[in-house]
Amino acid sequence: MSEPIVTMNNINFTYENKPILKKVNFEIPKGKFMGLVGPNGGGKTTLIKLILGLLKPDEGEIKLFNTPIEKFQHREKIGFVSQKANSFNAGFPATVFEVVSTGLTAKLGYFKFMKKSHREQVLAAIEMVDMLDYAFENIGNLSGGQQQRVFIARALVNEPELMILDEPTVGVDQGNVKRFYELLDKLNKEQQITMLLVTHDTGIMTEYATDIVCLNRTLHFHGNPEEYSSLSDEDLSLFYGHPVTTIAHEA
Amino acid sequence: MIADFIQYDFLRYTFLTGILIGIIAPLLGTFIVVRRLSLIADSLSHVTLAGIAFGLMMEKLLLITFSPLYSGMAFSVIGSIGIEKLRSVYKNYQELAIPIILSTGVGLSVIFISVANGFNTDLFGYLFGSVSAVSQNDFLLIFSIFIIVVGIITIFYKELFTLSFDEEHATISGIHTKRIHLLFIVLTSLVIAASIRIVGVLLVSALMTLPVAAAMRISKGFKQMMLLSILFGEISVIIGIVSGYYLSIPPGGTIVMIAVTILLLSIGYKRSRKSTNEMREA
Repeated sequence: MSEPIVTMNNINFTYENKPILKKVNFEIPKGKFMGLVGPNGGGKTTLIKLILGLLKPDEGEIKLFNTPIEKFQHREKIGFVSQKANSFNAGFPATVFEVVSTGLTAKLGYFKFMKKSHREQVLAAIEMVDMLDYAFENIGNLSGGQQQRVFIARALVNEPELMILDEPTVGVDQGNVKRFYELLDKLNKEQQITMLLVTHDTGIMTEYATDIVCLNRTLHFHGNPEEYSSLSDEDLSLFYGHPVTTIAHEA
Repeated sequence: MIADFIQYDFLRYTFLTGILIGIIAPLLGTFIVVRRLSLIADSLSHVTLAGIAFGLMMEKLLLITFSPLYSGMAFSVIGSIGIEKLRSVYKNYQELAIPIILSTGVGLSVIFISVANGFNTDLFGYLFGSVSAVSQNDFLLIFSIFIIVVGIITIFYKELFTLSFDEEHATISGIHTKRIHLLFIVLTSLVIAASIRIVGVLLVSALMTLPVAAAMRISKGFKQMMLLSILFGEISVIIGIVSGYYLSIPPGGTIVMIAVTILLLSIGYKRSRKSTNEMREA
């Protein structure tokens, strides 16, 4: 088995005396495209925040790139794309180029200025997501799908080895969702970027993911898309804690 | 028309100070506006008033002479740190910090003013600005503030911009967001203290926000907005000071009205461009 990018051992996490995560054991090997699904309130976002270091587990151990998270120094190896609606002010007067440049801020470090080579890196990341024509447009003038590509570019500019995406397609129109997944698939296969994607949309995700994980307080399922598809509605109800009907997506 | 400003010392210092704050107020203002913190500038200016009133009171009670700008600056910096502390106390109601600090500033000002039994100095000048109030010492202090603010913004531009655009992302990527934010808010308090002699307590936040509001309508990207804001700020300050002097109106009033005019023009310009574009498309 290839080197694990993320390892979680026996993670417990409670919030205001409510258990959110219980005994979560979890590993993402290098190169995987992992889809994380589960009901609302099942702890998906908490799990991501733990990996990003925004929260600390009550118990258990988290390792990133085989280093305990407390000692992990290379934050730039992890690219994060959030639900854009949460953290982004749509009227913000910044160009695509300026937004993608912010990805480099932490890596450059304090008291350092952007050089020509950094500007080229930024343009290369914008080109990778096919947004070069819009590089000097204000981000507020773009569609939801285009904005989300810009945020992917912001993560890519650091050449991350792991990308974490939290419901990235919320607010993106259906036609562009497929295009978005194709981009992730390309990055996963061509750039060997390990992906961890949280989504509600299990239909389209199963076409691209190599692994699927169901989380509802604890891990209920971990397997490949074929195994996931062969689960009966009863099994799924067990994971989700309520009855589930699978909705087929048009290809 | 400018001749008086070259001939007389007090006017020259006012004019030069105007040039400096015409740069730093909109420069910091761009960050304040995009971070939706416009009201913080207002509450800090009232705290600065308390500091100035304190300085004038001490001057009168202890019969010493020093520039009240120093005590104004000290209060402003303390007020800025107070706002940050309150914002962390009321995590879900962060805007509460603003009226708390603002009313404390006004309350203290009233007390200091009455303890001193009113002042000889024209309080009106502190409220609405004055063309004849900047001494050589004041100018040197304001010049130092100018150097500090421009220097720190240049050095920390990328951190400030990253934080302003997306605080969550900045935190995750490992930027010390709290420290950068504190630095930013202390800079804001310095700029307010520097601007107060010219534009006055009541209008200082206008000089930080109106040029930015105008630039925001017509600029592409953040840097361009910043440069345009400074240009608009300079135009407002220069025309405002000169016309205020010749019309015997406190410069705060004329500066702000020039800034409002620029703002209206930029809104009109954007509208007219939009409608010509629509006509072309039709």
